[in-house]
Amino acid sequence: MATSAKSQKRSQQFWTNFILIIISIIWLVPILGILITSFRPSQEVFTSGWWTILPHKENIEVDRISIADSVDVDGPITIEGITATFDEWRTGIELDDGRFIQWYGNKRNRELVVYDEQWVGFNTDLTLKNYSDVIGGKTITYKDGQGNTITRYGNNLGGAFLNSLAVSIPGTIIPILIAAFAAFGFAWLNFPGRNILFTIIVALLVVPLQIALVPILQDYVRMGLNGTFLGIWLAHAGFGLPLATYLLFNYISTIPREILESAYIDGASNFTIFTRLILPLSVPALASFAIFQFLWLWNDYLVALVFLGEKNKTVTIAVAELVGEKGQDWQLMTSAAFVSMILPLVVFLSLQRYFVRGLMAGSVKG
Amino acid sequence: MASVTYDHVWKKFGDFVALNDVNLDIEDREFLVLVGPSGCGKTTALRCLAGLEDITDGEVRIGDQVVNDVAPKDRDIAMVFQSYALYPHMTVYDNMAFGLKLRKLPKEEIQKRVEDAAEILGIGQLLQRKPRELSGGQRQRVALGRAIVREPKVFLFDEPLSNLDAKLRVQTRAQISKLHQRLNTTFIYVTHDQTEAMTMATRIAVINKGILQQVDTPQQLYDYPDNMFVAGFIGSPSMNFFNGKFTKEGDEMIVDLGSFKVKVPENRKELYERLVGQEIIFGIRPEDIHNPEYAPPSIIAEEVEVDVDVTELMGNEIFLYLVSGDHNFVARVDPRTRVEMGDKITVTFNMDNMHIFDPVADPDNPVAIR
Ligand SMILES: Nc1ncnc2c1ncn2[C@@H]1O[C@H](COP(=O)(O)OP(=O)(O)O)[C@@H](O)[C@H]1O
Ligand SMILES: [Mg+2]
Repeated sequence: MATSAKSQKRSQQFWTNFILIIISIIWLVPILGILITSFRPSQEVFTSGWWTILPHKENIEVDRISIADSVDVDGPITIEGITATFDEWRTGIELDDGRFIQWYGNKRNRELVVYDEQWVGFNTDLTLKNYSDVIGGKTITYKDGQGNTITRYGNNLGGAFLNSLAVSIPGTIIPILIAAFAAFGFAWLNFPGRNILFTIIVALLVVPLQIALVPILQDYVRMGLNGTFLGIWLAHAGFGLPLATYLLFNYISTIPREILESAYIDGASNFTIFTRLILPLSVPALASFAIFQFLWLWNDYLVALVFLGEKNKTVTIAVAELVGEKGQDWQLMTSAAFVSMILPLVVFLSLQRYFVRGLMAGSVKG
Repeated sequence: MASVTYDHVWKKFGDFVALNDVNLDIEDREFLVLVGPSGCGKTTALRCLAGLEDITDGEVRIGDQVVNDVAPKDRDIAMVFQSYALYPHMTVYDNMAFGLKLRKLPKEEIQKRVEDAAEILGIGQLLQRKPRELSGGQRQRVALGRAIVREPKVFLFDEPLSNLDAKLRVQTRAQISKLHQRLNTTFIYVTHDQTEAMTMATRIAVINKGILQQVDTPQQLYDYPDNMFVAGFIGSPSMNFFNGKFTKEGDEMIVDLGSFKVKVPENRKELYERLVGQEIIFGIRPEDIHNPEYAPPSIIAEEVEVDVDVTELMGNEIFLYLVSGDHNFVARVDPRTRVEMGDKITVTFNMDNMHIFDPVADPDNPVAIR
């Protein structure tokens, strides 16, 4: 009984791990491909796949053999001690020492190529040039597969990166601050109309933002906010507030009542309670909402296109343009992809440590 | 330091009456324990005093000041919550200093008060820890410390020991009593545990269903309960109650309890005269039922034949669960008593300490006839 339960548990564990490994591979292999491609010189990107930078065996041309004019190419031909017909040479013949000889071109060419299988991929040639190309805004040059030099205008992803930051950071902080105040009010303060207001806010969750785009745009044009950062901050704050308020309300209302009451008796005002107790105790909720809001703003294309448009391109818009103009230039697209990915990764990994469970531990109950 | 007065205080939650016309005068420097079963309104009473709940009607006064509309922070009270309610993200020091900082005390003064309180409570070495790194008993002390440093006029405690284990509870009980002597301030202490109430209080207020039942010193409450609720609540094991009737046999006044009868002592006859022929409830505490062999000689004894149902040896005493007719009751007898389950024995009631309650006037909570 006990052993069978144990072995069942072990097999369950095995399958869990197995599936997780498969999923990770499915995710990681393409990402690895993109990462490697983004560091390869353009000419190599055009001629071979990213996996060729890994050590592997390949037939390398080591020699060429010319056939003297005196030899009749229609009859049997003897090379390196092996006699065979032209057709056999054209298919290729493997020698005992592992070398491989093959006729090159047509009959009149009178030339054979000797290949030897060797390990290659140890002296990989990687470069940061692709990154400087996509980040820069001026003209850029790179080589195509045949080695011809191509000259284009750069997409200035560096500028777009700064624009995205200018959208995302205030666009995250503003709604979180407002929502935290609101959530505290809804959770702990008594004021007339509290329930109705809260219901309205939660109901706003179901309104899709696409519906609001055009009316807001019209208002923005009238107010001269169109194309400004202030405009898009306000838009993102508005779109983010219902969810932020709701999530933070849920969290803040689980803070034990006695802690706040204790603070009231200790002499704290509502504002002190908010800044000294509610904010520090809500860090996990604030961090998780900050991550979501930031990622959503960073990856947002629609709202940025509508409210910022051409004036202040964000990374998403710049990448979309890059795909349109230089869709075949993989070395640029992959490095652009990584430029757009790097900040979300940093944000996620650095805020992750605030997802601590049990922040409330030790406060109530023995 | 101040007195506290509840003056016709009502508290309603919707239709539910949590405090029903509570009148209570708590003197300056008193250790008043508010005791009652769970859900009777003890916490509500404290919260109304602390200002965490608005009262529906009546007046609460601290000293001479009516505090109905005074904010909690301006009432000069400190409260120790049942759940301790420590600030989880602050160190022990900051937990204690929080209220003082908000009151803008000078830094040196804050440090001095916190260190003094930590000294008194023996938590000096824990000042830099976070609450989650403390044991239950240590957290409880921090909660006490947070109240002490404030040097308030009135201390409020809401079941501060209920989360501690039995041994720690007894220790802390003594500590809080000592603290009261030392600080010489008004303490109002809520508990559902009558032992805590009996051991700590200068006076006990018994409350049930939002109604204040009786306020008196522990001994008075034990000896002279006003009604059946108080009689049953104070004392452990609780008082035995028997339904019965007063009758007269010649000169004697008899309590007829069906399966047995006992004589009313001479000095009480007059008191009960008017109840002859009426239904009454007879009450006697387990410690007033003796094994005749070891009964004190001075008591007015009445002998009763009973069957022994269960015996519980407690070491320094024996609890006998006795049956007579359809009465089940408990006796707390001398540990030298040798009886077994199923034995038929004779016990003696100490009639000096009998209680009589009148169920006719108030069937829900019969009043004691004294
Ligand atoms: N905020 C509230 N809303 C409604 N009912 C409450 C509220 N607070 C307490 N009560 C009710 O009042 C009664 C007394 O509660 P409480 O004072 O906490 O009892 P306890 O004596 O156990 O401390 C309980 O029946 C409880 O359900
Ligand atoms: Mg309570």
